Amino acid sequence: MSDKTFVLDGKTIPYAEGQTIMQAAMTAGVYIPHLCYHPEFKPHGSCKLCTVKANGRQAASCTQLAQSGVVVESNTGELNDERRALLQMLFVEGNHFCPSCEQSGKCKLQATAYDLNMMSTHFDHFFPDRPVDASHSDYLLDFNRCILCSLCIRASRDVDGKNVFGLAGRGIKSHLIVNAASGQLADTDFTANDKAAQVCPVGVILKKRKGFAVPIGQRTYDLNPISAMPGVKQD
Amino acid sequence: MNQLETAAHPENLRRVAIDPVSRVEGHGKVTILLDDKNKVHQVRLHIVEFRGFEKFIQGRPYWEVPVMVQRLCGICPVSHNLAASKAMDLIVGAKHLTPTAEKIRRLMHYGQILQSHALHFFHLCSPDLLFGFDSDVAKRNIVGVAAKYPDTARRGVLLRKFGQEVIRHTAGKRIHGTGSVPGGVNKSLKLAERDELLKDIYQMVEWSRDAVQLIKEMHSQNPALYNSFGSFRANLMSIVGNNGELDLYHGRLRGRDANGAIMFDAVDYQNYSQLIEEEVKPWTYMKFPYLKALGMEQGWYRVGPLSRLQNCDSIATPLAEMERREFVAYSEGELMHAPLAYHWARMIEMLFAAEMIKDLLHDEAILGSDLVVSGERAQEGVGVIEAPRGTLIHHYRVDENDLVTMCNLIVSTTHNNQAMNEAVRQVARTYLSGHEINEGLLNHIEVAIRAFDPCLSCATHALGKMPLQVELLDSAGATLSTLTRSAEGVLS
Ligand code: SF4
Ligand code: FES
Repeated sequence: MSDKTFVLDGKTIPYAEGQTIMQAAMTAGVYIPHLCYHPEFKPHGSCKLCTVKANGRQAASCTQLAQSGVVVESNTGELNDERRALLQMLFVEGNHFCPSCEQSGKCKLQATAYDLNMMSTHFDHFFPDRPVDASHSDYLLDFNRCILCSLCIRASRDVDGKNVFGLAGRGIKSHLIVNAASGQLADTDFTANDKAAQVCPVGVILKKRKGFAVPIGQRTYDLNPISAMPGVKQD
Repeated sequence: MNQLETAAHPENLRRVAIDPVSRVEGHGKVTILLDDKNKVHQVRLHIVEFRGFEKFIQGRPYWEVPVMVQRLCGICPVSHNLAASKAMDLIVGAKHLTPTAEKIRRLMHYGQILQSHALHFFHLCSPDLLFGFDSDVAKRNIVGVAAKYPDTARRGVLLRKFGQEVIRHTAGKRIHGTGSVPGGVNKSLKLAERDELLKDIYQMVEWSRDAVQLIKEMHSQNPALYNSFGSFRANLMSIVGNNGELDLYHGRLRGRDANGAIMFDAVDYQNYSQLIEEEVKPWTYMKFPYLKALGMEQGWYRVGPLSRLQNCDSIATPLAEMERREFVAYSEGELMHAPLAYHWARMIEMLFAAEMIKDLLHDEAILGSDLVVSGERAQEGVGVIEAPRGTLIHHYRVDENDLVTMCNLIVSTTHNNQAMNEAVRQVARTYLSGHEINEGLLNHIEVAIRAFDPCLSCATHALGKMPLQVELLDSAGATLSTLTRSAEGVLS
């Protein structure tokens, strides 16, 4: 047991065979920024926010297996600078207008940006104009906020067994689609009880007519920074 | 009435532009055409405002709208929040809110009135009023006021701050609050929050009272100026409460002609579009609303404090009612039309807001927990509120999938468009025509505009620091000279 440890930012972290650096860190209560990782799903390794240096080499901690004796750096000025740049790109690619977004205070993108002291979006905004899909009676999709983390795709496919969501296009043209001939959520078997209804880290998959029922200031990340809740599950 | 809107032969005239450059939403400029003898031939206040916002809202879910529309305006976001919420109340079928919800919203609104009126009077206008319109521009600002009248300036700051605290406790945040939601509110006041506000409210009522005295003294020291500067006759409109009392949160539309006679009354604002038409003119982005029944030439009107105070029959709070009576008595049965009387009316409203806040803070309902109601879903709703600057209309249609399909907004400043143009022309005629133009004279124009408290971003800049560019062009259109005042107040 004692030989199954590695060092993360100077702290000794135990791990079990087959665990990733991210999993071991979470279990030990140490936060590594991440967006496309969710403890209940297979890692996807796409957002790169969780990038750490393991023995001096950059690696996505959500996919990199923990190894004995490895020295891992995460909370460093250099890595956090890179994370901020990634966040800024995510912010400008979509329409993330926090002051009027109903997910404000519950959004992992916003919470991560706050936590990493991202003070501006720096790059020019793309201002995409993607129509909202409000066809479903209980849920709404605002594609303008999608960060392509693929959590909903994984949840629908792996947990709900439905395959409601998918990715289409390549590179900068990648976008989330709904797997129906009409492309509309109402024409799928998506329901409010689906796991996919609960995993979106930002404000794309939204329960209708809820909006601002919970006041700003009383929401998950209003009360504690995201880094203080390393193992917290998304709601 | 519209003389000076369009010169007969613009080609031979010199053009002077007052162009405050905007930082946020809203951008206004004044252009003046002069002949060789400096006689004024044409004056226009142009405004580029909120363009595209109505389009922007289309396709958004209705519950997001009350929060989103606050981005229209950094100065009075609460007004948009409440007007949109009132429209969305109808969409979710909430015909009557719970007492807690209604009172929390009122409290929020009166907090907004207090902070906005205090900001406008103390920060933006007191320098002109205390020092004179063409006094030394270096001192004609809030810093100058703070140096010469420290008490006045300090009270201005604290009144505004108190209003912001009321907003923070009711809306959740000082700006972009989310307190008001379709069908009610999402929070009431905690006991500690109530007590914190109660501690200071008596002082605020006192200071608001003093502010009314201050503006009254200014009037009495220079009645000729205050009663005539930029004055013109106009119809007026506002909502009034069911019994004709001053109510800034809810009521029915009433209008009076320039003599004070009631033209229409008790009009349900759901039917505003039968009453009001909007005219588009090629030289400005702001529309010109007018009363359909009277037509474009005769039907324009004035909104805001000066209209409201003279439109209502009474005020429910005692101190403000006393002041209202004195205000009405001052003009001996005539309507007061002078733009500078806006300041007096505005301060009486500030006193009213302070008294209302005091009463609401003593009402247990604001601590309640019954916050939201809903009923039969509707497709269309109009929400109207008397914002600090005047009547604010929000109108939406929402489809069965909950997305907004139509949005029409008539903001206070738009109602006042024609009136502000008239005021500016009046001032140009009296003060500018025949004179060599200088900064002091141009400030006269700005003083007239400011009296309306228009919601242009330029009006949020501290006085004397408004970035301005004045261009003098010869009759062929070539630039003769340019005078630029930077945001720091430096002339070059
Ligand atoms: S909709 Fe949400 S969960 Fe799905 S890919 Fe986009 S951001 Fe991720
Ligand atoms: S969390 Fe590891 S790449 Fe996104």
